[in-house]
Amino acid sequence: MILSTRSLTKQFGSFTAVDDVDLDVAEGTIHSIIGPNGAGKTTLFRLLTGVHAPTAGRVTLEGAEIAGRKPHSIARKGLVQSFQLTSVFPRLSVLESVQAAIIAPTRRPLDLVTRYHRSVEGEARALLARVGLESVAGSQANSLSHGDQRALDIALALATKPKLLLLDEPTAGMSPAETQKTTQLVSELNRTTGLTILFSEHDMDVVWGISHRVSVLHQGAVIAEGSVAEVQSNPEVMTVYLGEGEPLEKLPA
Amino acid sequence: MDTVVIEVSGTLSAASSLFLASAGLTLIFGAMRVINLAHGSFYMFGAFLTTSLVGFATGARFWWAVPVAALAVALIGAGVELGVIRHIYGKEHLTQLLATYALFLIFADLALRIWGAESRAVPVPKSFFGSIEIAGEQIPKYNLVIVGTAIAVGVGLWLLLKLTTLGWRIRAAVDDPESLEASGVNLQLLFTVVFALGALLAGLGGAVISPQIAVTPGIDGSIIVGAFIVTVVGGLGSILGAAVAALLIGASETAGTLAAPDWASTFPYIAMIAILAVRPWGLFGQPER
Repeated sequence: MILSTRSLTKQFGSFTAVDDVDLDVAEGTIHSIIGPNGAGKTTLFRLLTGVHAPTAGRVTLEGAEIAGRKPHSIARKGLVQSFQLTSVFPRLSVLESVQAAIIAPTRRPLDLVTRYHRSVEGEARALLARVGLESVAGSQANSLSHGDQRALDIALALATKPKLLLLDEPTAGMSPAETQKTTQLVSELNRTTGLTILFSEHDMDVVWGISHRVSVLHQGAVIAEGSVAEVQSNPEVMTVYLGEGEPLEKLPA
Repeated sequence: MDTVVIEVSGTLSAASSLFLASAGLTLIFGAMRVINLAHGSFYMFGAFLTTSLVGFATGARFWWAVPVAALAVALIGAGVELGVIRHIYGKEHLTQLLATYALFLIFADLALRIWGAESRAVPVPKSFFGSIEIAGEQIPKYNLVIVGTAIAVGVGLWLLLKLTTLGWRIRAAVDDPESLEASGVNLQLLFTVVFALGALLAGLGGAVISPQIAVTPGIDGSIIVGAFIVTVVGGLGSILGAAVAALLIGASETAGTLAAPDWASTFPYIAMIAILAVRPWGLFGQPER
């Protein structure tokens, strides 16, 4: 297991947002976390990336304890959540944004940015090729379509050389065409590079389409875990979704 | 037209002092969103440390006393960030104001204990003693040092923010600290460095200006008012804004002295009110999101 949590719990006052979660993510898989709104998906991710410190429980990345570490240190260890540095420097080109993400963790803070940029240009172009953005390398980052923007976010995350990539609802707010493109990108990244991807998603088509494993979160707790077929046929999962008025789409007939 | 030279020189010198006092304040607010009322204390420490380091010697000691005082203040700043400021990031402005006001009071008492209540003076270094003639007017030579330091600090900060990876991070921290952290940057260390840098600039300001003022407890309070006016008028977080605002406020002071000497000290406030009425977020600032 590349990532494991044991009894992971987060309480805000008397409210338990994440409740005794045991999660195991196998290396090289696409593992999705689903659950109704307010199930605790975002809080769980924030515990994994170190934005929140857990109230109790453990998180191990490749066997090493990471719970309670600072976000930058967890990112450097290889657990990276897709982020949007493009919101920081909207006027940078797509290529420059990726260059910026590559050099972000440098330990030589007084070096000139431009010199650094040149030294990582090849690496940046290779990353853009991986996410299918080579043709827009020169465009301004904030002029991209929603789908391309998300591909760029993923390229920025890849720039930090993650072992495990976290995506929080990557297709939220996308058109069907963009959703398909993003889904394809995620699936291809996993297939061609073996990158482990943990993602939360609302769109059940996406979940059923590309996941190797699925964990279902409800009121902060994992109520089901297994392959797509196993989760789809789990009666408790169906109750949860039907109870929330959000029936599972595309259940096998 | 002889007086024009004097007025321009006076304006530039006043503006430079204001800029040196406010550059660090606006840098710290820009990166960390912390309103630091103790910024004037750093300025005061810079001036007092210079008086101690120079003693009564008028010689070359001044030139190493200034950087040593500034670096010492940077260390104090780093300590303050680690001990206090770190715990109030993201808190409401009122909490930050109270915490930094408490620091301000503590530092004022500390200075009183160490250096006493009497005014201390730093002799103008020999090489800049007296005046020089510019366009037939006598201008204090030391004004050149103050204006030169302000320009060096302004240009240096601009280059740092624009061209270096440290500056890149500081600008990124202004807009999206979470993303920056997710990309593997140690935000806490960055904030300590930025705070120490801001303190260093205040300390440098106090040290460089010390030969032109009476160094007494209380200069922390008087400088913080001017520094805040400049920072707010320029736009919180904007170095360029601080430079332009310092010039405007300096010029309004000069204009006040010429037009209505009895009311001169109100002119900077009138200028501030006028500018903020039109642009509440300051000349180069952005409306709060």
